Amino acid sequence: MAATAKTLFDKVWESHIVEQLEDGTCVLYIDRHLVHEVTSPQAFEGLRLAGRTVRRPDATIAVADHNIQTSDRSQGIAEPESRIQVETLERNVAAFGVPYFPVRDARQGIVHIIGPEQGISLPGMTIVCGDSHTSTHGAMGALAFGIGTSEVEHVLATQTLLQRPAKNMLVQVDGQLAPGITAKDLVLAVIGRIGTAGGTGHVIEYAGEAVRGLDMAGRMTVCNMSIEAGARAGMIAPDDTTFAYIEGRPYAPKGEAFDHAVEYWRTLPSDPGAHYDRVVTLHASEIAPMVTWGTSPETVLPITGVVPDPAAVEDKAARVQMQRMLDYMALTPGQKLAEIPVDVVFIGSCTNGRIEDIRAAAAVVRGKRVAPGVRAMVVPGSGLVKLQAEAEGLDRVMLDAGFEWREAGCSMCLGMNPDKLTPGQRCASTSNRNFEGRQGPGGRTHLLSPAMAAAAAITGRLTDVRELT
Amino acid sequence: MQAFTTLTGIAAPLPLANVDTDKIIPARFLKTIKRTGLGVHLFDTLRFDGAGAERPDFVLNTQPYRHAEVLIAHENFGCGSSREHAPWALLDFGIRCVIAPSFADIFHTNCFKNGILPIVLPREVCDRLMEDAEMGGNARLTIDLARQVVVRPNGEEVPFAVDALRKHLLLNGLDDIGQTMQRAPAIDAYEARVRQRAPWMLGITAT
Repeated sequence: MAATAKTLFDKVWESHIVEQLEDGTCVLYIDRHLVHEVTSPQAFEGLRLAGRTVRRPDATIAVADHNIQTSDRSQGIAEPESRIQVETLERNVAAFGVPYFPVRDARQGIVHIIGPEQGISLPGMTIVCGDSHTSTHGAMGALAFGIGTSEVEHVLATQTLLQRPAKNMLVQVDGQLAPGITAKDLVLAVIGRIGTAGGTGHVIEYAGEAVRGLDMAGRMTVCNMSIEAGARAGMIAPDDTTFAYIEGRPYAPKGEAFDHAVEYWRTLPSDPGAHYDRVVTLHASEIAPMVTWGTSPETVLPITGVVPDPAAVEDKAARVQMQRMLDYMALTPGQKLAEIPVDVVFIGSCTNGRIEDIRAAAAVVRGKRVAPGVRAMVVPGSGLVKLQAEAEGLDRVMLDAGFEWREAGCSMCLGMNPDKLTPGQRCASTSNRNFEGRQGPGGRTHLLSPAMAAAAAITGRLTDVRELT
Repeated sequence: MQAFTTLTGIAAPLPLANVDTDKIIPARFLKTIKRTGLGVHLFDTLRFDGAGAERPDFVLNTQPYRHAEVLIAHENFGCGSSREHAPWALLDFGIRCVIAPSFADIFHTNCFKNGILPIVLPREVCDRLMEDAEMGGNARLTIDLARQVVVRPNGEEVPFAVDALRKHLLLNGLDDIGQTMQRAPAIDAYEARVRQRAPWMLGITAT
């Protein structure tokens, strides 16, 4: 039977092949297409120029998230270029009949937060978006990946993509995470192990006791950062945790349809003996709170560590590149990570902007004050996350401690809206990329979990959250 | 899309690994609704200082590399975001071919959609091409897509692999959407099967 044993990825892939071409390329059917303001205008323009329509507007959903301000939006988008991009999106969705959550709708938010939140992203589906963090939706047991604008146009016109199959990679995390260790630490540890190109050409399936033990928010955090390991997508087999999360969501199947769906979803997990091209095993008990020190997500260490020394690196190009990172980050070899002071703390993004993330931060912050001189901000991932947090009083906890409490959006994750670092500023950030200039030109980013970010806000330096709790 | 057949041009050496898409074009330049005009922002932080002046030591600010049409880099070129603005910026600057030991998947795909040929060659071969590139304007590389070879200045031919379909589309400058739309009957049939099997998969409808 081993020859026919299939992985979760194999099953979702094979069930979406419309046609296989001679050279092995597949015409792959796409179930859900998420659209945002930054990577779609040229795609809609392409349709218009060719006289084409959107094949399946009812399988498409649009929202503005990347460039909108996270301060008051009652007067619209303040920055002119961003406003044009959002207005262009609004014109396009109207012209092509695509469903849209307007900026003032409570359902507005980061595209990768609202897909699962609304029950739009479901197990066994193929889901794409012109954004690399589409891998987030793989937490549902879907095959979800980012595409460029030309492919956005291809999906709009045909509801398919031309794709070649990926290889299978299993990341198995055995055992249980220690107290205070989160999904973010887990995925940073994985990226540290396999490197930023470790997953290239592969779809990563995360499995093992530690992964099964994560709630859906944690699973989304893990799958979200698959792209930082270079993987095409990350997936986690759907289980009762998944089904309980989905049931009752606005766009999820209801009643008998839900039961039928669950029956199907239970067939999706990888078969025993299924083949993986690569297997990586980690033990959860070895994972500590993680923080990045350089300008690639793979440059990550436990918070108990020190800044590494380029002199110890053999390969010349790698040594030069590490030195460049340390110069950019203004760090010295041997410096303790837990002694690095921060100017800004950012809690939010598609990686860590869900209600569970805000609860984790609030648990650390409750009754404490943000360190003098530190700007600390919370940016909920969607309008509904914001409302939920406010209903739980978490906004008061954060505001009383000295945090800013902002409107939903991508915010300081990517430096294309007013939430930016200024040159030289150092940020403890729950986002996903620490590239040079990612959070604003000259800005310095340390990636970490929401609890760790909250701890940094309180002490004013990178801090082992286990010392605060 | 502009076809890619053969190209003979100056190659710029960029001996960096993990050149991410934020480095190729920072997010603040993504607020455009056009595909063109991004070349001036290509490699913005590497090319320009905080005041907007050229950094004299960056390769694309030196002659003859201001006119480079080929880029030679290290591993994992184009990692990070899915922004097609990265190949748009390269193309707008004049780069039609990038050669590296490996590419990030989405960037690699995006290149083909824009008439840019990404070529994967082993690190040691890239290092030799990097040396060719460092020789400057008299050491042009020729890339012949039909024959799938890179011709070095010394005449040596280095073969490379490319998917048959992508090669066909690139050689002929074909729009793959038009090609796929010809398969509409197969797509219709697929949708009809899903409608039977799992209607909830098909449309986003609140119930």
